[in-house]
Parts: sequence; structure tokens; C-alpha cells
Amino acid sequence: MKVLTKKNIATFGLILVVFAVVQFLISSKIINSYYEITLATICINIILAVSLNLVTGFTGQFSLGHAGFMSIGAYVCAIVSMNTESTSGFIIGILAGAVAAAIVGVIIGIPTLRLKGDYLAIATLGMAEIIRVVFLNMEITNGAAGLNGIPRNTNWTWLFVFMTATIVLINNFIKSSHGRACISIREDEIAAESMGVNTTKYKVMAFALGAFFAGVAGGLYASYFYFIKPNLFGFMKSVDILVIVVLGGLGSISGSVIAAVLLAVLTTYLQKFTEVRMIIYSLLLIVIMLFRPQGLLGTKEITDMFKFGKKQEKIE
Amino acid sequence: MSLLSVEKLTKSFGGLTAVSSVNMYIDKGELIGLIGPNGAGKTTLFNLLTGVYTPTSGSIKLELNGRTKELGGLKPYNVTKEGLARTFQNIRLFKDLTVLDNIRIAMHQNIGYKLPSALFRSNKFYEEENRLKEEAEKLMDIFDLAHKKNELAKNLPYGEQRHLEIVRAMATKPALLLLDEPAAGMNPNETAALTNTIAKIRKEFDLTVLLIEHDMSLVMKICERIYVLDYGMMIASGLPAEVRANKKVIEAYLGEDV
Repeated sequence: MKVLTKKNIATFGLILVVFAVVQFLISSKIINSYYEITLATICINIILAVSLNLVTGFTGQFSLGHAGFMSIGAYVCAIVSMNTESTSGFIIGILAGAVAAAIVGVIIGIPTLRLKGDYLAIATLGMAEIIRVVFLNMEITNGAAGLNGIPRNTNWTWLFVFMTATIVLINNFIKSSHGRACISIREDEIAAESMGVNTTKYKVMAFALGAFFAGVAGGLYASYFYFIKPNLFGFMKSVDILVIVVLGGLGSISGSVIAAVLLAVLTTYLQKFTEVRMIIYSLLLIVIMLFRPQGLLGTKEITDMFKFGKKQEKIE
Repeated sequence: MSLLSVEKLTKSFGGLTAVSSVNMYIDKGELIGLIGPNGAGKTTLFNLLTGVYTPTSGSIKLELNGRTKELGGLKPYNVTKEGLARTFQNIRLFKDLTVLDNIRIAMHQNIGYKLPSALFRSNKFYEEENRLKEEAEKLMDIFDLAHKKNELAKNLPYGEQRHLEIVRAMATKPALLLLDEPAAGMNPNETAALTNTIAKIRKEFDLTVLLIEHDMSLVMKICERIYVLDYGMMIASGLPAEVRANKKVIEAYLGEDV
């Protein structure tokens, strides 16, 4: 059994501890319902940022349309769970939303991923707008008014389960041969192709996987805030996610996690200074980018920093 | 039939014919040189052979294990799968990755697990990753890179970057290795090391090599046959001594008598 390695058990233990501590803080009301919203935002943003990092940070495909995939997950989950009000309906809704987002990701990815850099950014931006306008005009999504009264199934447990699953799965992907193929595309697409990497295939794969988890985040969002409308998933939402990814470091999963936590805490704290809130927020971003242009962690992971002693990298 | 036979290969970009009706053949085990003045179309020919460009007309046939395959029009990664590997004129390593990862990426094609195995880390994933790592380490041992395996590619000295590019190409397990100006910008020591590497490749891997080179002493010393390109046309071919004495070749390099 390779599953029960020392490293995996330690990781699992750490995950349980984090869960238990936060669960205790919620039960003992130290995290009140106001801060619980921040907590939910953090979890959802982590899923969004880590999945976008797979596309933009690791595969090097600059995407400005992540909110579009999120909205697909949100609407599909909302519609499914409104029709079957139970926990299983919620789970089915989230998975259906994620699969729908991934399918749209493949359909959109195949024609657009032949573009590079800023051209791809414009194309993905357009795609997200199209998705938004489609939801705006459909009857089942209730147009601009949006969907109201979505059953609230998302709680800390579900948020944590989906967030952990996202981080673990994307991390596993990155550290596999498939993930290395994606990274090689970011490093040098022509060389990657000459070394036998089917670049189109891996770009679409990363794009679809990213869309899948964005769909999960959308489903959790819909079910937590029980109200969604198309304008919530506009261009600005995509930029918000991108800011987290760039701030944390393109190509660092733990960077995205840290940045998501940091920005959510900052936003919550700045609520007190209503008038200058956005100015302080923007100034902080500028300062961080000036001093750490590669992002908080660059392409490193937080676990790399505890590895000074052991040079030998092991695959267990 | 030869390992690689190229017939009437032509590539035009609009009105410019970069490679025009080129014929060449390479037998198994040979070391062939491809020379020509700047802008003669050598790299274009390489790009045609490796699938970066699609030929306007003509054919490229690879015969391997009794099977003949047309390479013209295949995507680069499929050409690599068929057994052609290349290096680049301007080094194209995965700069921000380690030496080990550079080599592991080139071994990507012979990995034996699928996406679900990667996502959920099945036993197959661990088996294959370990096998891959062992193979990569074996290759690094042969080419004296083992002590640098965790070094980032961009931090290697110039000569070693070129060396790594060759090793990376070797990791795709090619039958024919194409080297695009491997000695460009090298000092004499580095060129000597390169000559050793090429000799080692041929001895230990039974490989066929085609190289583009400007360093004439290197070409004349190690190549068994030489092809000469000028203005996209093959103007001469033969043994180094024959090519050196060829009037057309001298004209192409030095200009005609006035």
C-alpha cells in the first residue's frame, strides 16, 4: 500500500487538525456568523485561485474568463438543488455544475487555446461575457433578476471538503507527468512540442480541469449565499481571482492559498474604513507587487521551505 | 532503403522558396553534416524534418524496424514519437526547471499511466514515476550530469546548457538525432567536450546523427558525409574531402572569381 506513507499520513493529520480547530472556533462562537462569511469567501476563493493557477500559473495560458466557468457551476448547482432539496441534490448539483463547466471549457478551449498571451486573454474575456449574456437571457435562470431562494446546503464542512479535494487533486496533477507536460508548455512551447508533448491536448486538459474546479466553487457559492445573478460573475470577478493568483505567485499553489486568505482578511478588516477602503486595498497591492513582482511565493511552495536538510527528493 | 530519405522537398513562404527540391538520404549509423552559408535554408530544412513546418511539396520518409512512415505534415510531437529528436540553434531549455525535470519532460511519451492515476495517485503512478526517475538518473550518469540534477537549467554554464539540450533530446529515445549548430558560441574546450559527447552517443546508443554546423574543423573532422545547401538548393554532397574541393561549395562560401 503506497497510500499509507509517512508523508501522506502527516498531510492527512494536518488537514484534520486545521478542520478541527476551525470547527471548534465556530462551535464556540469565536468565529461569529459575520466572520463565517469571510471564511466561506476564503474557501471559495482558494478553489477559484488554485484552479486558475493551474491554467495561468502552471500551464502559462493567460485566462480572464474564470468567472464564466464559476457561473456555469453556480447556475447548474442552483437549478439542480432547487428541484431536489436534499444533501444528495446539492452534491449532484455541484458535480453536475463542475462537469458542465469542464465540458464548456473543452468546447471553448479547443479553438481559443491556439492563441497566445494577450490574444488569449481577450478571447477568454469574450467567452465569459458570452456565458454571462446567455444566463441573462435564459428563462430557466430568471434573467437579470437572478435566482433567489437556493437551498442553503454549503457549510464549513462541505467548504473544507471541496477545498481540500481541489488542492490535493491539483497538486497531484502538477506533480505527475501530465503536470510536467503543462509546465513545459509554459516554459517553452516549441521545445515542449519537440520533446513529444502534445501541447494542444495538455492545454485543453489544464483548461478543462481548471473549469471543473471553478464550477465546484460556483456551486458552493450559489448554495452558500442562496442568491445568484449574472452580474455577480462579470469581468471584475475574473480579475479578482487573477489578483489572488498573481499576488500569491504564478505557479505556486500554497501562494494562492495564502493570498486568498490574506486578501479576504484584509477586505474584512478594511470594512471599517468605508471611504478609503478601496484606496488602501489598491495601494497595498501596488506596494506588494513593487517589492515582490514574482508574487509572495514566486514558483516555490511553502513545503519547499522546510526541505533544507534533505536534498534527496523522494517519490514515495 | 535508408533510415531517412528526403525527396524533392520544397518549402515556400509566399514568393520565397526557402528550401527547393532537396534530395538527401541518411543511412543507419551515419554521422552526416549539413553546411551552408547563412540563410541557406539549413534550419528551415530541420524544421521541415521535425514537423515545425509543413512541406509545400515533396516527401520525408523514415524507415524504422521495417516500417516506412511519411513524416511530412505530422505534428512535431508525432515526429518525435516516430524517432526523431532535435536540439535548437538558440538554446531552448525549460530554464526555470531542474535538470532532472528537463529530462523527465522529454521522457513524457513513455509514461504508462493516465489522468485518473495521476489525480488519485494509484500504485501504477508510483511504479511509473519511479521507473521514469531511474531511467532519467541512468541517462544523467552516462552524460555526467548526475551531480547537477537539482540545478536549474538556467544556472548551468553555457556549454553545459548545450550539453543538457542534447541529453534531453536523447531522453526521447530517438533513432535519428538532429543537432542544430551544437558548437555555436563554444570555446575550444567546450567544442572538444561536445565532440566527445557526440562520439559517446554514437558508440553507446547506436544512433544516427545529422548536424548543422559552422565550425568547419569540427564538421570536417567528425562527419562521414556532408551535404551543402545554398539558396535552398542542395549544391553538393559527399565525403568531407570531396566537398572541400568542390568548386560550387567554394563559390558559395567565398564568392565567384571576377
